[in-house]
Amino acid sequence: MPAARFAFPAAVLLTLALLWELAVWGFQVPKWILPSPSAIWQAFWEMRALLAVHAAQSMLEVAIGVSTAVAAGVAVAAAINFSPWLRRAVYPLLVISQTVPILALAPLLIIWFGFGIAPKVIVVTLFCFFPIAINTSDGLTSTEPELIDLFRSMGATWLQIWRKVRLPAALPYFFSGLKIAATYSVTGAIVGEWVGAKQGLGIYMLRSSAAFQTAQVFSAIAITSLLSIALFLSVFALERTVMPWHFQER
Amino acid sequence: MTLLEVHALSKSFDGSARRGSSSRTQAVVDLTFTVDAGEFLTIIGPSGCGKSTLLRMLAGLAQPDAGSIALQGQPLPDASARQGRFGYMPQRDALLPWRSVIDNAILGAELAGGSRDAARAEARQLLPLFGLDGFENAWPSELSGGMRQRAALLRTFLAGYDILLLDEPFGALDALTRRVLQQWLLGVRDRFSKTILFITHDVDEALLLGDRVLVFSPRPGRIAAQLSVDLPHPRNEDTVLETDFLALKRNALAHLKL
Repeated sequence: MPAARFAFPAAVLLTLALLWELAVWGFQVPKWILPSPSAIWQAFWEMRALLAVHAAQSMLEVAIGVSTAVAAGVAVAAAINFSPWLRRAVYPLLVISQTVPILALAPLLIIWFGFGIAPKVIVVTLFCFFPIAINTSDGLTSTEPELIDLFRSMGATWLQIWRKVRLPAALPYFFSGLKIAATYSVTGAIVGEWVGAKQGLGIYMLRSSAAFQTAQVFSAIAITSLLSIALFLSVFALERTVMPWHFQER
Repeated sequence: MTLLEVHALSKSFDGSARRGSSSRTQAVVDLTFTVDAGEFLTIIGPSGCGKSTLLRMLAGLAQPDAGSIALQGQPLPDASARQGRFGYMPQRDALLPWRSVIDNAILGAELAGGSRDAARAEARQLLPLFGLDGFENAWPSELSGGMRQRAALLRTFLAGYDILLLDEPFGALDALTRRVLQQWLLGVRDRFSKTILFITHDVDEALLLGDRVLVFSPRPGRIAAQLSVDLPHPRNEDTVLETDFLALKRNALAHLKL
């Protein structure tokens, strides 16, 4: 990728940070209301060991949650494409499930599943399941009928048609869903931790905020963003490895 | 020797796809013809005359309402019994975008459970003849339109069926590429003893390639005429300018107007 694609947004970001730093200094804004970027960096550096522990906990929840969402999303997508009856019954429910405010559900999950890792994993899964299921399902329906005709004319079994046509044809759609899911997932973990946890970036933010350690809150927010970006880029790299044909320039 | 016998084949579709019409649309009516082993039969007719429907019925992708299909004297009444018996090539090339040229070419052998390596070796030998030398590992998206069609034809030839059903294989190509591929197909055909059913809506193409031409009427498709093309082989780009050819063309055009 050309360096310019990163250089421009980076320059804008740096300029904004510089203006922010000057404004905080110029207007003498108290640190607990709005810390300067340098103060945020300092808060990060002082707490880096603790932050790593919390970040690791959040990423563990993300890893389990995303894996569960992938397994469940692909399974549901395959099931509703297998039977038109199931499709009519389940597809609208999928859409409705996405309208449920997960934020309101999170405290209930704590009541049902306790303060352990389970409710956080469930919140991450809820965040990630929908984009994966819907995209994969759309991918499975969009197989070119000519390809299926060709296979049927060659006497292929339905298992061969699924393995060699429908699943590979759905891959680009699956990865679109996974990229959306990856960007949601860290936020999902934070939401899950927000309502009660022993460890994780969410509970770290909550505690820092309660102690008016605003610089620590900002440093945790920055880490959340960076982790989300890193996840997105990993999916992007995986996509290119798995589907080199999809990125071939004509 | 008669390889394929088609008798009184008819097919209609539900009109329900079109709003407000509950009637059935006749696609083809009472098609009766035979194809000899090694024959190149071209089918020509206006668009929508049911040519593709005929090939889909032969390939086992559609079931006729009436009539019979027999291959080597064996009746094949069930669509599933016809699947895996004809080398069908759909209108668009239907190459799998996630497979290299060589892995697209071996699809027939692979689905039949054969050795992929043996099939690849066989395909590799044919790459130069199909103008795909050096492209065995290319993705279909890297090929030109003409090369894609040749790759799809290679897949169809390699699948090892006696009869190839080619549905307007050159229909989407520009006139120049099409002419090159017609000459090329004439050459390839001389090297293989394949029986070919070839659909086209180009009169020149039908007469240049075919040993015999079936002229279809507009919908519903019926066989309006069967013309023998007694032009000598090898045929080339000059064939279309000869007097005999022009006489045949005049005859075919007259039948097409109806």
